[in-house]
Formats: sequence, structure tokens, C-alpha cells
Amino acid sequence: MSGYFKEIYDGGKSLLVGMGITFRYMVQPVVTLQYPHETVPMTPRFRGHIDLACDQAGNHKCIVCGTCQRNCPSGCISLKGEKPEGAKKKLLIAYQLDFTKCSLCGTCVESCPTDALIFSKNYNLAGLSGQEFILDLLKRQEERSK
Amino acid sequence: MSDLAVDPSCETFVLNMGPQHPATHGALRIKLVLDGEYIVEAEPVLGYIHRMHEKMGENRSYLAFMPNTGRLDYLSALSYNHGYVSVVERAAGIAIPERAEYLRVITVELNRISSHLLWLGAFVLDLGGFTPLLYTMDDREQLLDLLESVTGSRLTYCYFRFGGLYNDVDDNFGPGARAFIKRMRRRLPMYHKLISKNVIFRQRLEGIAPVSAEMCRKYGATGPVARGSGIAYDVRKHEPYSVYPEFNFDIPVYEQGDSMARYLIRMDEIEQSLRIVEQGLDKLPPGPIMAVKVPKIIKPPKGDYYMAVEAARGSFGIRLVSDGSATPYRLKLRSPCLSNLSLFGEAARGLLLPDAVAFFGSLDLVIPDIDR
Repeated sequence: MSGYFKEIYDGGKSLLVGMGITFRYMVQPVVTLQYPHETVPMTPRFRGHIDLACDQAGNHKCIVCGTCQRNCPSGCISLKGEKPEGAKKKLLIAYQLDFTKCSLCGTCVESCPTDALIFSKNYNLAGLSGQEFILDLLKRQEERSK
Repeated sequence: MSDLAVDPSCETFVLNMGPQHPATHGALRIKLVLDGEYIVEAEPVLGYIHRMHEKMGENRSYLAFMPNTGRLDYLSALSYNHGYVSVVERAAGIAIPERAEYLRVITVELNRISSHLLWLGAFVLDLGGFTPLLYTMDDREQLLDLLESVTGSRLTYCYFRFGGLYNDVDDNFGPGARAFIKRMRRRLPMYHKLISKNVIFRQRLEGIAPVSAEMCRKYGATGPVARGSGIAYDVRKHEPYSVYPEFNFDIPVYEQGDSMARYLIRMDEIEQSLRIVEQGLDKLPPGPIMAVKVPKIIKPPKGDYYMAVEAARGSFGIRLVSDGSATPYRLKLRSPCLSNLSLFGEAARGLLLPDAVAFFGSLDLVIPDIDR
């Protein structure tokens, strides 16, 4: 019989301790954010999808060497370059990123000999079709440098 | 154990738990033969999310396999990163700067805490307690912010590189990690008060699903499951790697082998990991984070190499067979979760169905790690 009452006592005590903790947390400041009305700034090292970096003049630094394309584990980068008549160096004419395949490992950014790639801070990515995630980085870079 | 479960009547029936079941935390199916509410037989059915990671390792360069390692046990991705870079470094004979080794240990231990915190919340949720999940998520969020500021990602990290790290930590990392340690040390007694001492929680775990040390050895169970059964095995102590020998930490061991013991092991491990991180921050040497001579294309000499690391769920081993070319000849991944799951069938026999769910939660299985 004493065991029965002890069980009731222990159960009641355990309940009150739990409720006490919950109550204390209830009156503490809110820890959540009202997204999308409030957002968290991304840390400097946050890895969003890649972007072409701009130099001071607003031009990209890509020399179309193709190292990023070769090193990408998922094969999500495709770029094209052309040598205009009379010019010595190749010029970038298209840089496409298939973000549906990217695993954000950072190998492309790391391997780029001219530091032409950066991680964007773009994390608000939502779309209705896969096509929306095939990004034209050259176009994005040109828009940014305008 | 009910008499019916020992000597089942002819009225048994089959119940599928999963592949879509909230308590299996992933696509795992368990075929249960039940007699009333008692389990007569439990057979895990695997392979719903098999992604051929081992085969993928054989057809790409060493560096290109790196992101895959973060997607096996995605909750302790850094341990898996660590295991893979270590085996390749061992094979290719690359020496790592001391600062990089310390930062690897610190980040891996922080990752272990975040993994245990998520498990804790989800485990209590499986048992019907919703509130602790919100508290653990709050703590884990602080940790993920910290790891994000270093690694750039929040879950599937790809931070280590052959010969060092992707980038050094910034100035805010040290104070941030210390603030987290302080916070967590304040929170742990609260968790014990709220969860460990809760009557319902204890009654659902104490003495339930005892796993003997013998059974752990038979199935090759490691990590908290083995340590909860009295086997003091931890790769960090028994086959020390990286700079772990320079740290002072204990291996928590409980003899009971029940679900409660497995729970307590992980709670103690959070404390031990905090100790390791604290010591790491105190000892963190200055210097480079990348070895000077790392070949651009890794071609380890011909041979057979093995490396095991202590991940959050047990011993994660990688066997690498190299034929001297730029791609591995064979990459065998030994996942702790598969071994820990293997004993489920035997240990769950005779349990009540709700107890089996609690037992399953106490094993802390990550399904993508089982299927690979």
C-alpha cells in the first residue's frame, strides 16, 4: 500500500518539476524569428550557390581555363569561351550552373586559379521547376556590375 | 516476456513498421510478426534509400568523393569527413599541421554534440514528450550557427581537405564556442531534471530491451550501444587518431544495457565532448591550416589501408584499396548504424510494440548511414 502512495507522490512531484521548468521557459524571451518578416544575416562564409566575382572595374575574372568544370564532383558547371579574332586570350561567353546537382563542396571556388568564383549569400531558393535552378552566372554577374 | 511471445499461438499477424513511419526517422521498414502486442519476430528490411556510395567512390577522384562522406550519417557529417580524409592522408603519406588537427577535433566534437542533441529531442518525441524537442533544437541552433560560420554549411559539411582544412576559423569562433560550452553546462542539469528524472520517461526505459555485451560483440555493435552494455570501447581511446591522445576525457560506460543506459551514455558524452572542445580551444596552436606539399591529384601508392574513427553512433571505418591510380580501386564503408540495427531483431523479441519503438529510438539509427 505504501508503494502505491509513493508512486502517486513521485508521479505528482515529477509532473510539478516538469511543469515548473516549462513555465520558466514560457516567460523567457522568444528565440524564434518571424520568417519571412525577419531574417538572419548570413555569415561571411555561408556557402550559397556560386557566383562570378567582380573585380574593382566590375568585370569578372574568369579566364575560361575550365578547372572548376573538371574538378566539380557532380558535373554541374558548364562554361564556354571564345577567342575573338586577333585576341590572345579566350573570352567567357557562357557560364551555367546546374544548382539541382550541386552539393556545395566548394571545390570549384578552391581550385579557381584567379579567384573568379565566390559563394553567394542567396538562400531564399524556391521554385516550381528544376529549370529555375539552372543559373546563368554570367548574366547574374553582368546585372550586378551594372 | 509474455508466455505467448515465447510460445506464440497460431494467431500471429504481420505488421509493417515503415518504410514511412515517424519513429524510424527515415525510410526503413521493419517487418514485425506480432502476437497481440508482443513481438515474436522483427526483421529489418533495408535498401529503400541505397545510393551506391561505395561504388561511386570507385569511379571518381579522391577529392570528388569528399561531399559523399557528409551524406552517409548526415547528423555527424564531420566525423565521416574526418574518417575519409584521414584514410587518404594515411595512404598518401600526407602530414597535417597541428592547428588543422586541433580544429578538426574541435569541430568534430561540436558536431557530435549537435547530433546527440537532435537525437535527444527526437527520442523524447518518440516517447510522447514534445517540449524537450524545442529546447534541444534551440541549443542545437546555436551550435549550427557556430559551425556555419566556420564551415559554411549547417548539416552536410564538406570542411576538411587532404592535408588540412578548407579555411581557418575566424576570431569570433573561440568566444562563440566558449559561450556555447557555458550555456550547455547550464542546460544539461535542466535536461536531467526535465527528462532523466521524469517518472514516465524512466518507466518506459529502465530495464527495457536489455542488450548484453555478448550480443553487442556478436553483431559488432559499437558506440553508445556497446558502451551502454558495459563494453568500454571507444576508437578515440583504443586506436587513437588525430590529436585525441593529447586530450583528457573519459569514456562513459554503463553496465545495465537497457534503453536508459543508452540514453545516459549520450547525455554523458555531451559533457565529455564539451570538455574536449574546451581543452582544444585552450591548446589551439597558431600556424598554418594546410600542409605545404599536397599533390593536386592524389595518387596513393598501391596498398590496402584502413582507418576507423569514433562517429556519434559508433565506429565508422573506411577500407581503401589503392591500385596507384587517381581513383580508389575499392572503398568499403563500415557504418556503425548497420551493426547497431542488426541486433534489433534478436533484442526486440518478446518486447511490447511501444517498448520496441522506445528501444529503436535508443539505438539512434540514421537510415542513410545504414543503406549507404
